[in-house]
Amino acid sequence: MSGPGVLTMAKALNQGLRDAMSADDKVLVMGEDVGPLGGVFRVTEGLHAEFGGSRVLDTPLGEAGIVGAAIGLAMRGYRPVCEIQFDGFIYPAFDQITSQLAKLTNRHEGSATFPIVIRVPYGGHIGAVEHHQESPEAYFAHTPGLRVVSPSTPNDAYWMIRQAIESDDPVMFFEPKSRYWPKGDVDLTSPASPLHASRLVRSGRECTVAAYGPMVSVALQAAEIAAAEGTSIEVVDIRSLSPIDYGPLLASVEKTGHLVVAAEASSFVSVSAEIAATVTERAFFSLEAPVLRVGAFDAPFPPAKLESTFLPDADRVLEAVDRSLGY
Amino acid sequence: MAKSASSTVDTTTLAEPVRFLDPDGRFAPTPAAERFASMLDELTEADRLEFYRDMAVVRRFDIEAGHLQRQGQLGLWVPSHGQEAAQVGSGRAARAQDTIFPSYREHAVARIRGVDLLDVLRMLRGLTHGGWTPAEVGNFRLYTLVIGSQTLHATGYAMGVGLDGAPTGDPSIDEAVLVYFGDGATSQGDTNEAMIWATSYQTPQVFFLQNNQWAISVPVSRQSRTPLVDRAAGFGMPATQIDGNDVLASYAATRYHLEHARSGGGPAFVEALTYRIGAHTTSDDPTRYRAADELALWESRDPLIRYRKYLENEGVAGSFFTGVDEEAADFAADIRRRTLELGPPPVDTMFDHVYSEEHPVPVAQKAWLSDYEAGFTEGES
Repeated sequence: MSGPGVLTMAKALNQGLRDAMSADDKVLVMGEDVGPLGGVFRVTEGLHAEFGGSRVLDTPLGEAGIVGAAIGLAMRGYRPVCEIQFDGFIYPAFDQITSQLAKLTNRHEGSATFPIVIRVPYGGHIGAVEHHQESPEAYFAHTPGLRVVSPSTPNDAYWMIRQAIESDDPVMFFEPKSRYWPKGDVDLTSPASPLHASRLVRSGRECTVAAYGPMVSVALQAAEIAAAEGTSIEVVDIRSLSPIDYGPLLASVEKTGHLVVAAEASSFVSVSAEIAATVTERAFFSLEAPVLRVGAFDAPFPPAKLESTFLPDADRVLEAVDRSLGY
Repeated sequence: MAKSASSTVDTTTLAEPVRFLDPDGRFAPTPAAERFASMLDELTEADRLEFYRDMAVVRRFDIEAGHLQRQGQLGLWVPSHGQEAAQVGSGRAARAQDTIFPSYREHAVARIRGVDLLDVLRMLRGLTHGGWTPAEVGNFRLYTLVIGSQTLHATGYAMGVGLDGAPTGDPSIDEAVLVYFGDGATSQGDTNEAMIWATSYQTPQVFFLQNNQWAISVPVSRQSRTPLVDRAAGFGMPATQIDGNDVLASYAATRYHLEHARSGGGPAFVEALTYRIGAHTTSDDPTRYRAADELALWESRDPLIRYRKYLENEGVAGSFFTGVDEEAADFAADIRRRTLELGPPPVDTMFDHVYSEEHPVPVAQKAWLSDYEAGFTEGES
């Protein structure tokens, strides 16, 4: 398939998986309900019909089994793409991801690679029950041996899933559920960025807002509101949480002198905290104010009727921007 | 309050497992052994002698490694004493094309597949987390320390064998997978998931349980109120319980199930009843939790002595055993000499292979460490 199109992120991911499977018959899709159902979010829709049950594996119900078996399949030369059905269901696989998969490249001392992608629908705003709206990315970004990325647009979703599948390292691929359905332009001819590049997505002069995944659209919304009120916000889409590409972010902070880091995850010991620390180290004399974090509160994800208060929105981003500019 | 677990259950009294050699080395197959007897027909005289050499050399190696640990040359040692028959019989039952997923005590299997046992000691001396390249040592994968994790890797690998189109029907090329684990591992979720997946996908695979009666200080009766071999039926897998201290039983049962698995018959389960004569590791003191008479009972079932009696009954000359003893002593001396020569790896190798493709964090930290250490050198000049 080639040429531009307008797709939802779910469709873009579906197309990315289809094209990756067509390009390399070692690519497998495996997980719970990924077969004829097409996954609970329909990201794998049609793949089972097209590639068959030996390329699209509806697995027994067990997350450790999904990842542990994927490790064995990678040892056999396959490139498994695992789906963990919901963010909060990933913990049964925690040993297999952090103690096994993340360390096996190192333990093999160069004699084996583990090209496994673990797709994780994550984040809130879907009104779901407990364990279905979480943001667990920090656990994995903290773990050496894993790469961690999160697209914010359909175009990035298409290209980043393809790049992640081509990577010889394990990639944790966090898909923002709240962005599955909005449509966007997808250029199927060439990628806009490498997998681990961050990107300036809106130019501004007075304050930088860094965000990733579901919070990029919120940051852009905040920038629109601020612009109407006469404040110029620059937005950087971090895109990759391990490694983090600081180039565009530092360039932005050197220009604006102010940084707010926004994420759906709770802020305590978070990717946002890591970004705040590193930018403080590397751009200290450019900063006019402390780096501020905007995130969910440090409480368990609440019942869905409270999520709109629990999760940060454009107003909370703007509140932080105001505090930063007030220093 | 929970009932306390009783001390070790001697499940050998519950049923007659597959056994060819009685504790005095007489060839006296149990009824359960009959269906596996044909597997022994293909063993040559040289094969039977090799089994003894495998067991004796690793017994001597194990003693030497224990000494090296006590002398401060290893951080830890994981003894295999008592489990040699279970390991050698099953290890020799695998074909060259098979892939073996060990836990961390399968030193005899490692040696059979071609691992230089010095590489096992390098791990326990604190020099590596790996030690060998599986493809170069008979597809013997790396040791895995988190209990049971390797069972899922084995199952995934075996799924891959199936996806690759096996079986062709030619047992000289069709592959099977052999995975080792212990009685403690049967309580882990991963191990149970591995068996569910294996039966679901009908993988070419044998689950080889070395029930050595103890998971560090906890008896198998705390892991299970039913003989572990009986669990296999719940997964939908054929299972065989063997006297794990009989090398011929271990060979025959494992061979039988591996051949069945490689021909498309699906996975199987072997429970080898054996005993960890030594400590779990050198950090452990088994006298705190095990009765002396239990140890004495199992010492009377020593797999090496039993097999030697058998070979002597078969007319093998004393010079053979003397020769093996000398070879084992030489092997141990060589291991000792080479262990003492092992220095630490360069410090910056900790940054290598964190990723297979460049990642800026280890690159930057490696460079930082180099500059930092150079700073000390400059200070001295």
